[in-house]
Amino acid sequence: MDFAGAFSPANLVFLMDGLYITLIVAFVSIILSFIIGVVVGVIRYAEVPVLSPVMFFLVELIRNLPLLLIIFFVRFALPEIGIKLGLITAAIAALTVFEAAMIAEIVRGGLAAVDKGQIEAARSSGLSSFQTLWHIVLPQGLRHMVPPLVSQFISLLKDTSLATIVALPELMHNAKIVMGQKESYTIPILLMVALMYFVVNYLLSLVSRRLEHKTV
Amino acid sequence: MDFSILTNYFDLYLRGFWGTLLSSVLALIGSFVIGTVIAVFRITTIKALRWFGTGYVEFIRNIPLLLVVCIFYYGPSAIGFTLDGFKAGTIGLAVYTSAFIAEAIRAGIMAVPKGQMEASRSSGLSYVQAMVHIILPQAIKLVIPPLGNQFINLIKNSSVLTLVAGFDLMYFADSISTETYRTFDTYIFVAVFYLVLTVPLSYGVRVWERRLQSKY
Repeated sequence: MDFAGAFSPANLVFLMDGLYITLIVAFVSIILSFIIGVVVGVIRYAEVPVLSPVMFFLVELIRNLPLLLIIFFVRFALPEIGIKLGLITAAIAALTVFEAAMIAEIVRGGLAAVDKGQIEAARSSGLSSFQTLWHIVLPQGLRHMVPPLVSQFISLLKDTSLATIVALPELMHNAKIVMGQKESYTIPILLMVALMYFVVNYLLSLVSRRLEHKTV
Repeated sequence: MDFSILTNYFDLYLRGFWGTLLSSVLALIGSFVIGTVIAVFRITTIKALRWFGTGYVEFIRNIPLLLVVCIFYYGPSAIGFTLDGFKAGTIGLAVYTSAFIAEAIRAGIMAVPKGQMEASRSSGLSYVQAMVHIILPQAIKLVIPPLGNQFINLIKNSSVLTLVAGFDLMYFADSISTETYRTFDTYIFVAVFYLVLTVPLSYGVRVWERRLQSKY
């Protein structure tokens, strides 16, 4: 084990570059998948004819496939039918599609957990069904959703490592390159990478615990 | 859609399918055993064990699965013995999933009323006997849906074996697509093989969950 050699400034900078890509890709995917997930989740909850069953089918399809397959597919199979995406765009698109399906289920579950009496009361006091959704159901449902949402975001951040299959230069990808330099670097680099992921994700879970205390 | 790929390479698909299934089943058994032990650690009165259990769960849950697999794949070879991709991948899957299963089992145990433990202790059972004969059998019923979900995740997650040459579905798909030059069609069939496993399981979990809900 060669800690000094493994943690040379050049290697550490290279790992930080990887972490940077991981964080950027995760951040963009979190924002996009949250927006899409909420929209799809609300559609599933609202039981719109035609649209809701279609969304149900899509969400179930995506949730039952491995993310690794989706990432690979978006990058290497879609070009065959004319959809060509760049490396980072493909990674973000695949992560967004997969996580949005997960988030849609969380949102639907959270909305369904809101007491039916609340909806009846809102409707009888003259709110339209959209107003009821926006002012009554969504704010209360969001409270149920915060803990599972944050753990989904942590999953997403960890899942960016799968984009190594399309050679996205994220943290795991760069770590493998550094480990390839010398066998004695393997364990120090694995430890360092574990520490990096742990710190970022643990901070996220602390934020989630804070939010839980505030909202409940 | 070129179905000749499916018929011509069916034996390769099938080998990958068995690889995925075998790895998932072995990892499920392994993670269930480790997860149960860790769950019991987390609720005992012995501080050192509780501390270890919490540390284990928090650490594993906050690092990516791919990293865990890499630790078991590259780690041993750095200190002189090698694990092949299938073994390293399956052990990695088991260790990673055990943290989530531990949490599910812990939640199940907590849901068993406290009086059960008090009653069995007062009737002369030791702590371990009470756990094994009274608490765990009751907890297991509640734990089945989350366990089922973890098994679905395992099947999907076993696709990371391909990144360490673990002879799973994605791994064989890669050799098929390099022969056929048809990435799109090849991987559509891969998706179908995954769905054959995951969709019935998802359905089963949902049925069981509904049955639990109607009971309470």
